[in-house]
Amino acid sequence: MRTGYKSLFAVLLFTAFFLQGCNNEPEVPNTRGVYMLLDTSGTYTKELKQAQRVINYILSQLGPGDSFAVARVDTGSFSEKDIVAKVTFQDRPSMANQQKRVFREKIDKFIKTVKGSAYTDITGGILQGIEFLNEAGTGHNTILIFSDLKEELRKGYKRDIPLSLNRYTVVALNVTKLRSDNVDPREYLDRLENWRLKVESGGGNWRVINDMTRLEKIFGNQ
Amino acid sequence: MSLNDVFMIVPSSPALSGVIWFTLLVIVLYMARNHAHRGILTLSEAIHNSFRLSARSVRLLRDLLIKRNRDVLLAQGREATERIIEREFERIDATVRKDLSDYPALHRHLNEEITAIDENFAGSTDVPPTPPAWVKAVEAVAKIPASKGDPTVGNILEDIHQSLVKSSTRALEEYRKASTKRHQLLQKMMPHWRNVLKALQQVDKTVNSLLSRSVMIDRLMHDYEDILKGTDKAQRMLSSSSMTQFFISGFVLLIAVGGAFINFNLIARPMSEMVGGSAMMMGFKTSSIAALVIILVEISLGLFLMESLRITRLFPVIGALNDKMRIKMIWITFIFLFALASVEAGLAYMREILMEDNQATLALLSDTGGVEVAKNSALWITTAAQMGLGFVLPFALTFVAIPLESFIHSMRTVLGVVAVAFLRALEWLLRLIGNLSRSFGKIFVHVYDFLIFLPLGIEKLIHNKEGGKKTADSSSSNVGGVA
Repeated sequence: MRTGYKSLFAVLLFTAFFLQGCNNEPEVPNTRGVYMLLDTSGTYTKELKQAQRVINYILSQLGPGDSFAVARVDTGSFSEKDIVAKVTFQDRPSMANQQKRVFREKIDKFIKTVKGSAYTDITGGILQGIEFLNEAGTGHNTILIFSDLKEELRKGYKRDIPLSLNRYTVVALNVTKLRSDNVDPREYLDRLENWRLKVESGGGNWRVINDMTRLEKIFGNQ
Repeated sequence: MSLNDVFMIVPSSPALSGVIWFTLLVIVLYMARNHAHRGILTLSEAIHNSFRLSARSVRLLRDLLIKRNRDVLLAQGREATERIIEREFERIDATVRKDLSDYPALHRHLNEEITAIDENFAGSTDVPPTPPAWVKAVEAVAKIPASKGDPTVGNILEDIHQSLVKSSTRALEEYRKASTKRHQLLQKMMPHWRNVLKALQQVDKTVNSLLSRSVMIDRLMHDYEDILKGTDKAQRMLSSSSMTQFFISGFVLLIAVGGAFINFNLIARPMSEMVGGSAMMMGFKTSSIAALVIILVEISLGLFLMESLRITRLFPVIGALNDKMRIKMIWITFIFLFALASVEAGLAYMREILMEDNQATLALLSDTGGVEVAKNSALWITTAAQMGLGFVLPFALTFVAIPLESFIHSMRTVLGVVAVAFLRALEWLLRLIGNLSRSFGKIFVHVYDFLIFLPLGIEKLIHNKEGGKKTADSSSSNVGGVA
C-alpha cells in the first residue's frame, strides 16, 4: 500500500514538472510602468493643474517595484532631458512612500515654473516613453498622454516612424476640443481616430479618458 | 451506387420498396430466429455474469475494507483505552503516594491520640469516697441497746453525730474537688477526639477517592475487554465516538484556521518591509508566502511542544525520547515559539506604523493636498491590541495539535466508512446493470419475435392444423380398433 502512495506521489510530482516545462511563455513581471506625457504647448499649459491630480492619483495606485516617469512634450520630446521626474519604487513600502512624496514635490515645482513650448512633439515623447519603460523592465506598461493630441512639429523633425507598442496601453487624457474643433467636429474625431490607428497598428491598446473623475479607468484590469 | 439506390428496389415507389425490404428482413429474421435468440441470450448472460463477477469482487473488497476498518477502529480504541487506564493508574499511584504514604505516621498519630484519650479517661473515672474506718464502730455502738434516761449514751451519740456531719462535709468537699478535676480531664479529651475525627475523615476521603477511581477503572477494563473481544457493541461505540470526534475536531480546526488567517493578516503587510513588496513566487507575493511560512513554523513548533509534553502522540519518535531529552526539547520549542511570538508582536507594531505612513502619503496625494489627518488619541489601544494578538496567537495556535490529532485519527474511520458506503453503492450499481442486461436480453428476444409475428403466426396455424389432423387420425384409428 505504501509503495502505491509513493508511486502516486511520484506521478503527481512528475506531472507538475511536466506541466511547468510545457509552459514556455516568458513570465511577465507583475510590476507596472507608467510614462506620462504632459503637453506644455501654449494653449494647454492651463490644464496642467488637472495633470497634477492625475499624477497624484497614479502615485497613490503604484507600489513597490513599479516605475513612473513624467515628461514634458515640447519641440523635441525624444530626449531624456524632457523627463521631469522618474522613479522606480523600492521594495520596502515605507521607502516607496518617501519616494512618492519626493516625486510629488518635484512635480509641484515643475507645474509652478513650467513655460509653454512652441511645438508639440507627441510621437517623440511616446518613443522616449517606450525606451524608458523597456529599460525599466516592467510587466504592464502604460503611456499616458495628457494633451489635446494636436501634434505640431518643427520643420525638419521626422516622426513618421512606426511605433512598437506591443503589450502597451496608451491612454489619452483630457483631450480638449480646440476652437477649430468646435467649428468642424470632424477635425477632433479625425485626430482621435488617427492616434488610435497609429497606436493599434503598433500593437498597442488605445483608450481615451476625458472625464477626470473616472481616473480608475486608467489601469483598467491591471 | 448510393444506399438510396440499393434501397429503391422499385424505383418509382419507395413504399413498395420498403415493404419488399421489410418482407425480406422478416424472412431473414425468421430463418435466423433460433440462432439470434441464442446469441442475444448468450450475450446478455455474458454481460450479466461479468457484472455479477465485478459486483462480487467489489463485495469482497468491501468486506475486506470493513474488516480492516474494524481492526483499525478496535486498535485505536484499544490504544485510547489503554492510555486512559494508564492515566487512571497514574492518578491512583499519585493518590497512594501522596496520602497513603503518610499512613504509618497517621497510625502513630492516631495511637498517640487514643493513648492520650485513654489516659484522660482513666483519670476521669468516678471513684466514690471511701467510708471512714470508724463507721463500723458506729454501727457497733448503734447496736447497743439504748437505756432510757441514760444521758451518757445520748452524749456519745451526739458526739458521734457531730463527728459524722463534719466527716461527711469534708468528704463532700473532697468529692467535689475530685469531680472538678475529672471534668477538667474530660475537657482535655475534646481536642484529641477532634484530631482523631479529622484524621479519620481524611482517611475516608482518600479511600473514597480510590474507590471511585477503582469503579472507573472497572468500567474502563470492561470496555477494554469488549474491545479485545471485538464485540459489536464495542465497535459501534468506537465508531460513533470517532464520528463525533471527527466533526468536533473539524469544527475546532476551522476556528483555528480563522485564527491563523487573522494572524496572517497581522504580519503579511509588515513582512513586505523585510522581504520586499514586489517580489513574486509562484504567482503569490513573497511577503505573503513568508508570513504563511512563519505561521506554519509556529504551528509545527506547537505540534512539537505538545508532543514533547506528551499531550499528543503524532510523532512516536518524540514520545519515545528519554525524559531528559524531552524536557530539553520542551524548552527549545518554547524558546523558539516565544521568539517568534515576540517577532510577531513587533511586526504587528510595524504594521500600525506602516498604515499611518500610508495614510499620511495618501492624504498628501489626495485632493486635500496634504491637509494633516486628525490624530486619534485612542489609537494606541488598537496598536496594543494588535501587538497583544500578535504575541498571543502563536501560543493559541499551539493547541491546534490536540484537535489535529483527533481529526487525523478519526478521519481514518470516517474515510473508511465513506469508502465502504461507496463500494456498497458501486456493488448495487453493478448488480443492477447485470440484472438489467439479462432482462434486456429477454426483452430483445420478445421484440425480435414481435418483428416476425406474421411468419410465427402462420407457423403456429400450421402446427395446430397438423396437430388436429394427427389427433383426428389417432382417434379414428382407436375407434376402428375398438369396433
